[in-house]
Amino acid sequence: MATKAVFSEVKNNGIGYWGILGAFGGLILLGLWAFTYMHHHGHYVTGMNNQIVWGMPHVFAIFLIVAASGAANIATIGTVFGKTIYQPLGRLSAILAASLLVGGLVVLLLDLGDMGHVIEMAKGHLNFKSIFAWNMILYSGFIAILVAYLWAMMDRSKIAKSFYKPVGYANMAWRFILTMGTGSIFGFLVARQYYDAAILAPLFIIASYVFGTAIYTLLIMATFKLTGRELGDSILNRLRYTLAIFISLTLFFELVRHLANLYATEHHGVEAFVLAGGGKISHLFWYGQILLGSLIPLFLIWCKKLANNRTALVAAALLAVIGGMIQIYVILIGGQSYPLVLFPNAEVSSSFYDGVINDYSATMPEFLLGIGGFALAIAMVIFAMKIFKILPVSLADAVIDPHKK
Amino acid sequence: MSNIDSYRRKFLGGIGAISATAASVTIAPGVFLREVQAKPADQPVSSKVRWGMLIDVNKLTDGGDACVEACKKEHGWGEEEHSNEQQKAQWIRKVTVKEKLTGHEFSLPVMCQHCETPPCVDVCPTGASMKRADGIVLVNRHVCIGCRYCMMACPYKARSFVHETLLDQKWDTPRGKGTVESCNMCVNRVDAGLNPACVDAAPEALLFGDLNDPESKISKVLKQYGGTQIRADLGLNTGVRYWGI
Repeated sequence: MATKAVFSEVKNNGIGYWGILGAFGGLILLGLWAFTYMHHHGHYVTGMNNQIVWGMPHVFAIFLIVAASGAANIATIGTVFGKTIYQPLGRLSAILAASLLVGGLVVLLLDLGDMGHVIEMAKGHLNFKSIFAWNMILYSGFIAILVAYLWAMMDRSKIAKSFYKPVGYANMAWRFILTMGTGSIFGFLVARQYYDAAILAPLFIIASYVFGTAIYTLLIMATFKLTGRELGDSILNRLRYTLAIFISLTLFFELVRHLANLYATEHHGVEAFVLAGGGKISHLFWYGQILLGSLIPLFLIWCKKLANNRTALVAAALLAVIGGMIQIYVILIGGQSYPLVLFPNAEVSSSFYDGVINDYSATMPEFLLGIGGFALAIAMVIFAMKIFKILPVSLADAVIDPHKK
Repeated sequence: MSNIDSYRRKFLGGIGAISATAASVTIAPGVFLREVQAKPADQPVSSKVRWGMLIDVNKLTDGGDACVEACKKEHGWGEEEHSNEQQKAQWIRKVTVKEKLTGHEFSLPVMCQHCETPPCVDVCPTGASMKRADGIVLVNRHVCIGCRYCMMACPYKARSFVHETLLDQKWDTPRGKGTVESCNMCVNRVDAGLNPACVDAAPEALLFGDLNDPESKISKVLKQYGGTQIRADLGLNTGVRYWGI
């Protein structure tokens, strides 16, 4: 690669490193317990039911998978767009992406109803008209590309260097398709009023950049602080403004999506429910996704008085992560809460909850499973930092951009 | 002739036709014969046949309650011990519809509509959600991983997920914790040359037969009087058609 940045493993060996890894390990164990509990009893111990079929585990899983794609974007900016300042960030970007993806997929896998049949599926029962089946290939391909990408970034041989650019391009193209594939899981649901819109695919791409950049920013700030490495304002400001731009773009796509829906009479009901229903979903949308997850982070980033303020950046990134999870929750749970329309312009009722807004409250095992997946992703990164040279020794302004100013 | 008159004429004619059909195949109370014979057990199902159903809502005096009970009895669902009401399986349900403008109210049984191009089959990653050659849509429980994507995709909310371990199942209706299930048009009965249980529960209002055979009763009455699909706008070409909705 072009830059001559120096990398090193995490040298900390004390209670700090192992304590943190152990804490994440504890969360992983709790997640595993939640899995065995749900798997042993069946899904009746969860808040999910035949009305809300995908719940909190899926919110975590989709968030992590989408965030994985966004986390890899940091490396793409360095490789594909030739921004050399980003190149030292590439290794962590690829590792984080792979870890988030694995974390998300594990949650998705462990929520399945019948694990035994997954083994049957691995033998080759795949239906290629299903976007799920495509996603299995897209996800495993993504991990393969990330491994190749890491090799191209980390190996000193000439052949590895010659692969740096092509693999970087492949990674970007693959991510595009992968995130569209994840968005299309909803986009292809023709009968659900809140889904069935092609705009969900690009919305997921843009949102992935928000989630990925925010998690990356938090991770690099925490690790550099804990390992005593210098992190300059120059690189942090890049991440800061990248985050802000993607938050703005996500807001724009959400605006277009809702306006387009509001134009169609058939979608008025579900839009009224999400935007003005007054229930949990509309509160989460306005106060969670829009205010906490978008507007406040934008203020924290663009307020001139907070320039170079690291606490403000941490808060902005943290809120972007929370807002992102709320965004997925509103799309996933909100979309399912609103009843299917069997007979337009009629009031419908049945013993199977036709025609009513369905309520959902996640139970503890669902939260623990999701958090366990998140913890697995972060623990994998922390462990990888220990055994591989992933972190740059310094990202001080003078090191990464000596010609600046 | 006004639209109402035209509808009334069509409807009354339909009732006559469907009653005649039921009468012609009843050989004893509760025992019915179909025109199309069961396939021999050693032969695969054929795409020459497309099984379908016609439901005359106006002839259903109970709105479909008897159909629901017959389905429960046949397949043994709805007795889950631990699942709450929202988690219990419902293969078929009685839906009551009240038009907002006119106040017109009716009830109908709603279950898997056995689409020609089923969204549940499209989205299933493993091929567990499948359509047989004869048009019956069902879940192969041996391959279902319990991802519930088919439940997200079904426009009719026809599918249920089994939330707990099940014991004492019916021998010809395999069910299992962590898999998805729905109306399978009583494949077990159809392959044995019998009507689906719901059809036998309300023979005055339900008609079962081969939509591909122009000489079958169901094809004849549908050709003459038509039949309404729920959410026909989706273009799924359902195998279940209704009168009076």
